[in-house]
Amino acid sequence: MVAESQPEVTETELVPVYIMGKQYLVPRGLTIMKAMEYAGYKLIRGVGCRGGFCGACATAYRILGDPKLYFGLACQTVVQPGMYLAQLPFFPARRATYDLTQLEPTATTLFSLYPEVLRCLGCGTCTKACPQEIDVRAYMAAGMRGDISRLADLSFDCIMCGLCAARCPAEEAQYNIAILARRLYGRYLAPRSRHLEERLAELRDGKYDPEIAELKGMNKDQLTARYKARDIEPED
Amino acid sequence: MSGYPPELQASIRMVEATRPRRLKETFPAMSLEERQAVLKGFHPDYKDETFQAIRVGVSKGQRMPLELARVVEGRPHIGPDFDLSAPAAETDVLVIGGGGAGASAALLAQENGARVILVTKLRFGDANTMMAQGGIQAADRPEDSPSIHYLDVIGGGHFTNVPELVEALVMDAPPVIRWLEDLGMMFDKLPDGTMVEQHGGGTSRKRMHSARDYTGAEIMRTLRDEVRNREEHIRVIEFSPAIELVLDDRGQVAGAVVMNLETGARAYIKARAVVLATGGGGRLHYQGFPTTNHYGATADGVVLAYRVGAPLGYLESMQYHPTGAAYPEQILGQLVTEKVRGLGAQPVNKMGEQFVYPLEPRDVEAAAFIRECLERGNGVITETGQPAIWLDSPMIDIIHGPGTTQKALPAMVRQFGRFGIDIAKEPMLVYPTLHYQNGGVRLRADGSTQIPGLFIAGEVSAGVHGHNRLMGNSLLEILVFGRRSGRAAALFAREARPGRPTLAHLEAWNRELQEAGIETDVVSPILLPDYVRHE
Repeated sequence: MVAESQPEVTETELVPVYIMGKQYLVPRGLTIMKAMEYAGYKLIRGVGCRGGFCGACATAYRILGDPKLYFGLACQTVVQPGMYLAQLPFFPARRATYDLTQLEPTATTLFSLYPEVLRCLGCGTCTKACPQEIDVRAYMAAGMRGDISRLADLSFDCIMCGLCAARCPAEEAQYNIAILARRLYGRYLAPRSRHLEERLAELRDGKYDPEIAELKGMNKDQLTARYKARDIEPED
Repeated sequence: MSGYPPELQASIRMVEATRPRRLKETFPAMSLEERQAVLKGFHPDYKDETFQAIRVGVSKGQRMPLELARVVEGRPHIGPDFDLSAPAAETDVLVIGGGGAGASAALLAQENGARVILVTKLRFGDANTMMAQGGIQAADRPEDSPSIHYLDVIGGGHFTNVPELVEALVMDAPPVIRWLEDLGMMFDKLPDGTMVEQHGGGTSRKRMHSARDYTGAEIMRTLRDEVRNREEHIRVIEFSPAIELVLDDRGQVAGAVVMNLETGARAYIKARAVVLATGGGGRLHYQGFPTTNHYGATADGVVLAYRVGAPLGYLESMQYHPTGAAYPEQILGQLVTEKVRGLGAQPVNKMGEQFVYPLEPRDVEAAAFIRECLERGNGVITETGQPAIWLDSPMIDIIHGPGTTQKALPAMVRQFGRFGIDIAKEPMLVYPTLHYQNGGVRLRADGSTQIPGLFIAGEVSAGVHGHNRLMGNSLLEILVFGRRSGRAAALFAREARPGRPTLAHLEAWNRELQEAGIETDVVSPILLPDYVRHE
């Protein structure tokens, strides 16, 4: 057992895939990412966490004989025979620069930093391209209404892979607009936590300094005794 | 339709056959003696032949996995004669690493007046931070306190943690949560603003803050966005890992040589202080284990810091999570949260029989899985030869009512659903997976190391967690010590009196390798794992 090593070819059926048009025979069942490594690519671009969280491995593909265009993450999508693959590890997108502390969480802020929000055609091409199955069109619609909270909520699962921006006929960079909205929401619109506020005040007053100093001065036996004596807050 | 091939379905039928009986019985927990026996026999940390003492450097004798020793005892990419006379760039603070620790260090260094360059191996944000789902600990509820958090941390670490580091971790935790809120991070909250907080393994209070099950991703993308807003003061250079630290003739750090990963070009970036935030080493696949880690987790920082003389520690213990996904192959090693067992799913062998109490401590549970597979031969073997244990997830809806799995474990449902497996109806295959590097470069509470001008933060460092880290303290650690190291580096840079840059330490290193009789073809840091098929 060696993790992530390439499988024995003899035990697997090989299927043809086309990496940027060139044919390779790879074992059925591999992800696109592992298939590329099987084919001999040492990946630098188009690879990241390998677990579906980072958005590095956006991939566009067609299947031979099928007119439809498909999208997926190379680390989470299994190869199919006749797959024509193109990696989209980077796609240029405009990003506004701002000082969050100077902004107001309003439609005006959104439209002044990203005037192109209002150019959205509502065509839904972005939604079809999203490997997270986020309804990008819906969050862009919220943006056009200036509804920051809704935009933040609907876009939350975004991994910023860029496929929406690559496909958008209105030349939007949806994921950059979305993170602005989420940060505005997090800083200004989400309710603040009173218990956190109170704890911060206690820390400023040095309330816990003596207890921590005492713990730091304990030897292992004393600490062990104190540790065993902890009461455990019940699950509800 | 089953998501499993026929030979595995046969085993599933045995799991289903024993389920009604198992619903009424729980395998007994081990005694302390039994725990010790299974750990010594089967936990990867106790497999002596897979460890070696390092033979060169200031921490000579430190025990570490063979695969790690191999890269630590490696040869440099460049010779001592590499030309440092014309730096490609100069800065106050050079941050090496673009994860959560590096990003927060860059922000705090900049806020303390430093010009900053951040170099990172792949893209900015390609890091384990991005993959952390569970949450971040901070004692901010009235029922909780930093002192209780302190006890949880140090007890979980088998009382080997460095007290000053634990103090920093727990005392900075509430301010870190506030800092994240101010940066616009979206925490899970009740309508009145109360944080939604849960237990984690080894916590005595509920203090796990979350952002759905994208906690790490939400932290990372928020920090990254803020760094990008400060592009005037923080320059980010992607696809440029450090391959060597540079010292000066006064013995303090003077920057790093970085390599353009795409062109191979090397360049010296001169700096008055360096923050090393390169993460861990799961991609070295100790003992052949799969990992939950990012593609770039190859222990580069340990290699770099050690060559300039920074002492190492705690590298004899690695954290293996008992339940990594073992099937399908596409998600091998990825985390299956402990909550699955918490909700009642039992681990069972290929005959559908229990063999371990479901909620032993992580190291014990992992060792018991390995024993069941490797010694007793009762594990399932998948089509790729991967041994595995069934985690009987359909029990959850039977125990708690239909729909519980979907509601309580949406990310797990989605992940397995992508491959046609409905975990509410069919069990999951799991096996221990390499999760976290408890040890690394020895850290001091202000983020400094023993090398003047060298600061560290995050998984590359050692001492915060002792020999075992609790869930939710790694996202906390990267921010606490990222902030501390960034600030300290900026202050150091302000006062520093740089000498003449030199790579003389490489000469000494090469000599030491030779004197120790180490002949190696390993050039390190290795930067990326090798997954390419070689014919």
